[in-house]
Amino acid sequence: MELTARYTFILFTLLVLTGMGQVWAQQTDTIQGGGLHEVEIRTHRLSEQNTSPHPVQTLQGAQLEQLNSLSVADALRYFTGIQLKDYGGIGGLKTVNVRSMGSQQTAVFLDGVQVGNAQNGQVDLGKFSLDNLEQISLYNGHKNSLLQPAKSFSAANALYLQARMPHFAEGEKTHGKASIRTGSFGLINPSVLWQQKITDHIYSTLSAEWTQAHGKYKFRYTNGVYDTTATRHNADINAFRVEAGLQGILPDSSNWALKLYSYTSERGLPGAIVANRFRNSQRLWDRTFFVQSSYNKTFGERYQLLLNGKFTNDYTRYLDPEYNNIAGALDSRYTQREVYFSAAGKYKITSFWDVGLSGDVQYNTLDANSYNFANPTRTTALVALATQLHFNQLEVQASLLSNFISDEVESINSETAAPNSDQQHKITPAFSVLWQPSEQHDLRLRAFYKDIFRMPTFNERYYTSIGTSNLRPEFTRQFNIGVTYAKSMYGALRYFSVQTDAYQNYIKDKIVAVPSANLFRWTMLNLDEVEIRGLETAVQSEWQLAQRILLNIGLNYTFQQALDVTPGSFNYRDQIPYTPLHSGSFTSGATWKNLNLNYSFIYTGERYSQKANIPVNYVQPWYTHDLSASYTLNQQKLTYKLGAEVNNLFNQYYDVILNFPMPGRSYRVSLSINF
Amino acid sequence: MKSQRHTFKTILSAFALILILASCRENEEPIPAEVEEVPGQGSSFYLLNEGNMNMNKASLDFYDAKAGKYKRNIYEEANPEVTLGLGDVGNDAQVYGGKLYVVVDVSGKVEVLDVRTGKRLKQISIKNCRYITFHQGKAYVSSYNANIGSTGTANGFVAQIDTATLAIERTVTVGRQPEGVAIVGEKLYVANSGGYNPEQLERTISVVDLNTLKETNRIEVADNLHRLKADKYGDLYVTSRGNSKGETAKLFVIGTQTASVKHTFDVAGNFWIDEDLGYIISTVQDKTTGNRTIRYSLIDIKEEKLLPQSFIEDAAAKEISKPYGIAVDPVTKAVYLTDAKDYVTPGTLYCFNKEGKKVWSVTTGDIPAHIAFIK
Repeated sequence: MELTARYTFILFTLLVLTGMGQVWAQQTDTIQGGGLHEVEIRTHRLSEQNTSPHPVQTLQGAQLEQLNSLSVADALRYFTGIQLKDYGGIGGLKTVNVRSMGSQQTAVFLDGVQVGNAQNGQVDLGKFSLDNLEQISLYNGHKNSLLQPAKSFSAANALYLQARMPHFAEGEKTHGKASIRTGSFGLINPSVLWQQKITDHIYSTLSAEWTQAHGKYKFRYTNGVYDTTATRHNADINAFRVEAGLQGILPDSSNWALKLYSYTSERGLPGAIVANRFRNSQRLWDRTFFVQSSYNKTFGERYQLLLNGKFTNDYTRYLDPEYNNIAGALDSRYTQREVYFSAAGKYKITSFWDVGLSGDVQYNTLDANSYNFANPTRTTALVALATQLHFNQLEVQASLLSNFISDEVESINSETAAPNSDQQHKITPAFSVLWQPSEQHDLRLRAFYKDIFRMPTFNERYYTSIGTSNLRPEFTRQFNIGVTYAKSMYGALRYFSVQTDAYQNYIKDKIVAVPSANLFRWTMLNLDEVEIRGLETAVQSEWQLAQRILLNIGLNYTFQQALDVTPGSFNYRDQIPYTPLHSGSFTSGATWKNLNLNYSFIYTGERYSQKANIPVNYVQPWYTHDLSASYTLNQQKLTYKLGAEVNNLFNQYYDVILNFPMPGRSYRVSLSINF
Repeated sequence: MKSQRHTFKTILSAFALILILASCRENEEPIPAEVEEVPGQGSSFYLLNEGNMNMNKASLDFYDAKAGKYKRNIYEEANPEVTLGLGDVGNDAQVYGGKLYVVVDVSGKVEVLDVRTGKRLKQISIKNCRYITFHQGKAYVSSYNANIGSTGTANGFVAQIDTATLAIERTVTVGRQPEGVAIVGEKLYVANSGGYNPEQLERTISVVDLNTLKETNRIEVADNLHRLKADKYGDLYVTSRGNSKGETAKLFVIGTQTASVKHTFDVAGNFWIDEDLGYIISTVQDKTTGNRTIRYSLIDIKEEKLLPQSFIEDAAAKEISKPYGIAVDPVTKAVYLTDAKDYVTPGTLYCFNKEGKKVWSVTTGDIPAHIAFIK
C-alpha cells in the first residue's frame, strides 16, 4: 500500500511541476489581446446529448427557467433514469439516485469542482437554487473530456452544475437581476445577482438569495375507511446563500476563476408521520463555506493545463428535544473540513490522438461532540490516465483511475479491535466508444463500460460505537449501449432528437445496515448484491406553428428492473426498495410573442418501501401535473418577467418516501427584473 | 396544413398516454389479513411484530391453535378505521383479563384490544412507552419520557392504568430510560437503562411501593439494564446491555428480600421464564474477529444454574439468522422462537417441541418479537 501511495504522489508532483514549469517559462510571452471568451462551454454543448459516448441529459438557459423548479432537485425530476428521494416540503432532504446505484454514487460538481460530503456521501440538492445556475447536466459514467480533475472519473455518475457566467456586449459594464418569489408554504424568496466588468480582463459576480418559508401544508392519508387530513408541522426553513466570484484572463491568455460560497440555514425536520404522532420537533442548522479556484492554460498547440483547489468548512447542528438525556436534548454538532487540490494535463500527440493525466489529493476531517466519536480523517489520492482517439465518425476513449484512500481515527474503541488506520487501493477502468455510421445523418451509436468503487462514508464507518474495520468499498460495474439521433427540418417540426440507452449495472458489496448484537447496535456490512437492467429514452422536439407559436415537447421514459441478487438473500430477485419499474415525464412549452406557457407531467410507478415485494410494503404510483405561465416585457434596458405556477394541479396526495407526505396543490408567483 | 394535423395528432397521443398512465393508481383499501394452515396444538397467542422505526409497520399476527390457522396482519382488518393502523415500533404485548395490551413505542400509545376479536377498546397515549406488567386490576407501563421542563431531570416514569376504566390513574418517576417492569409481592421493579447517555448509564433497578406508588429505593446491578422478569420464587432476572468500556451483556439474578445480586450469568439477551426453566437467547460478538455466536441456553431457575444443553437442536439453530423473540407454551412447553432476519424483511416464527425439534414455521411481519398467550 505504501508503495502505491508513494507512486501516486510522485506522479502527482511530476504532473504539477511540469505544468508549473511551463507556466513560469511562459511568463515572458507577449500579451495576447482580447477580452474574455466563453470558449469551453457554449459551442459544443448544444448537441452534447447527441455526441457524447456517455449518456448525458442537460437543462440550460431558458429551458431551465421555464420549468416549475425552485431547486436543482425539482429540475432533476424531468430527467430519465433517476429517482429523486424527496422527504417533502421546501426544507426536506432531496437526493438523487441514478440508475438505482444509490444516492452516494452520484458526484455533484459545482463549476467543475466536487461538492463533497464525507460524512454521509449525500449532497442535499434542495440547497442548490436554480437562481444562479445556467446549466445542469447529468452524466452516466463521466464527462467526455480528458482535461478534468481525476475526481470527475471517480464516481459512477456525475451531476454538473454551472453557475451563470457574465456575458458583456461591447460597451457594457454591468448586468444584474433582481427577483422575488412568493407563494404557498409561506415562501418568501428574494434574490439579487450583480455582474460587473471590472477591467477588460476581470469580471466579477455577486449573487445572494434568501429563502424563508413556514413550510406548512396539508396532507392526507386514507385506507378507504379512515380518511385523515392533517397539516405538516415543523417544516419551516430560513436559508441565506451568498456567492461571490471573480474571473479573469491573464496576459498569456490563461483563465482563472475564484469563487466564495456561503450557505447558512435553520430548518425544522418534520419527521415521519406515524400513527398517533403527527408532530415532531427536531431542528437542523447548517453553515457551509467554501472557497474554490481554478486556473486553465494552453501551452502552444499541444498542451493544456487545468488546476483546481478548494477549501470547505461545513458545520451541522442537529437538535432533538424529544431525546430526554441528562442535558435535556440531543444536541449533536459536526464539523467537516476539506482541502482539495487537483492538477490535470492534456497533451495532443497527433491530430486524432490525445492523452490526459490528472491527479487529485483531498484531505477530509470530521469532528463531532458525541461520546466516543472517532473523529476520523481521510486522505484520498486519485490519479487518472486517459486517452482518446477521435476520427470523423469514430471516437474511442479509455481511462484508468487509481484510487488510494487512507483513513485514520483518533480514539480506538475499547470494545473492538478496530485498527486506528486503514488503507484501500484499487485501479478501476473505463472505456467508451461513439460511432457515427454515416456522415450525412446525425445518427450515432454509443457504448460505455465503467468500473468504480465507493469508499464507505464516515457515517457508515464510524457512526456506531462499534468499529467497522472490515467494511470494504462498494463496487459498481456499468455497461451501456445506446443510440442517438437528431434531425433539423423545415416545416412545422423544426427539430427532433431522440436518445435511447439500454444498460446493465451490477453492484457488489453494497453497504447496508444490519442488526448487530441488539437493536441499539446496528452495524454496517458489505452485504448486498444488486443487478439492474434498464432502458431509458428521451425524445425532444421543436415545433413552429402558425402565428409564430414556438412549441417544445419532450417525452422521457424509463424502465428499470433492479433486483436483489444477494446469495442467500431473504428476498432473492425482488425489486429493491423505492425503484419503480416504470417512470416517465412529459414536458411542453409554448411561446407566443412575450407569453410563455408550460405544462409538465411526471409519473412514477408503483414501488415497494422495503425489500420484500409484498402488499404491506406496496407504495402507490404518483403523478403530478404542473402548469406555469410567464410574461416578459422589455422596456429600454430593462426586462421584466412575471411568472405564475400551479404545481400538482390535481392535488394528488402521495409519498415519495413512505410516511413523508408530499404537498398537494401549491402556487407560486415571481417577478424579476433584468438589466 | 398536413404537418399541423400531424402535430395535433402527436400532442393528442401524448395526452392519451398520460391518461393511460394516470389511471394506474389503485383504490385505497384496507390490507386484508393473510391466513395460513399450520398444525394446531397447545395455546393460542398473539404475536407482535415491531416493524422498523419510521416505517409505521408494527403489526399483529394471531395463532389460532384450535383451528390450526396462522393469521398474519390482523390489526388493520379488525380496525380499519384507525388512522395509520397499529403504528410505529411495537415494543410489548400482554394479555390480561380478556384484553390484549399492545405497547407501541414511537407512536406513543398503548392499544387495548378485545382478546377475542382483536377490535380496539381504547387507545391510551403514553409517549415513548416501553414495557407493561399487571397486578390486581392495574397495568403498569414504563416510559422514557421525561418532563424536563417541569422536573429538571431526565428521569422516566411508570404509569398505572386501571384495567376496568382504561384510564391512567397515577404515575411514578423512576430512573432514566426505564425498560422492563415486574412485580414481586406488593412491589414494582423497574430496570433503568440510562441508554441516552452512554457516558453515564444507569445501573439500578427502581423499587416502587404499589400502595403509595412511590419509589422507595434502588438496587445496584450493572450498567444499562434492559429486560426484567420475576420467577415464582420471588427472585428477579434482569439483563444488561453492557457498555462501551468493554463490559459485556449479562444476566443477573436479584433477591428481592436482600435487594442484591445473587448470581450472574455470562449469557444475556432475550429470555423467557416458564416454571423452573429459563430460556435464554444470547449473542456473543467476538472482540477481535467480530464473529457472532448465538447460544440457546437453559437455566435451572430453582438452582440458579446454567444447564449444559441447548433448548433447540443445532440443525434447527442453523436456519435462524437473527433470533429475536422467545416464548414457551405454558401447557405443552412448546418453544416459540422468532427470527428477525435483517430487520427489514418479514421474519419467521418457529415452533419447537419440548425436545427442541422443529415442528413447524410460518412467515410473520417485520421483526416478530413479542408473544402473548391466551390462557
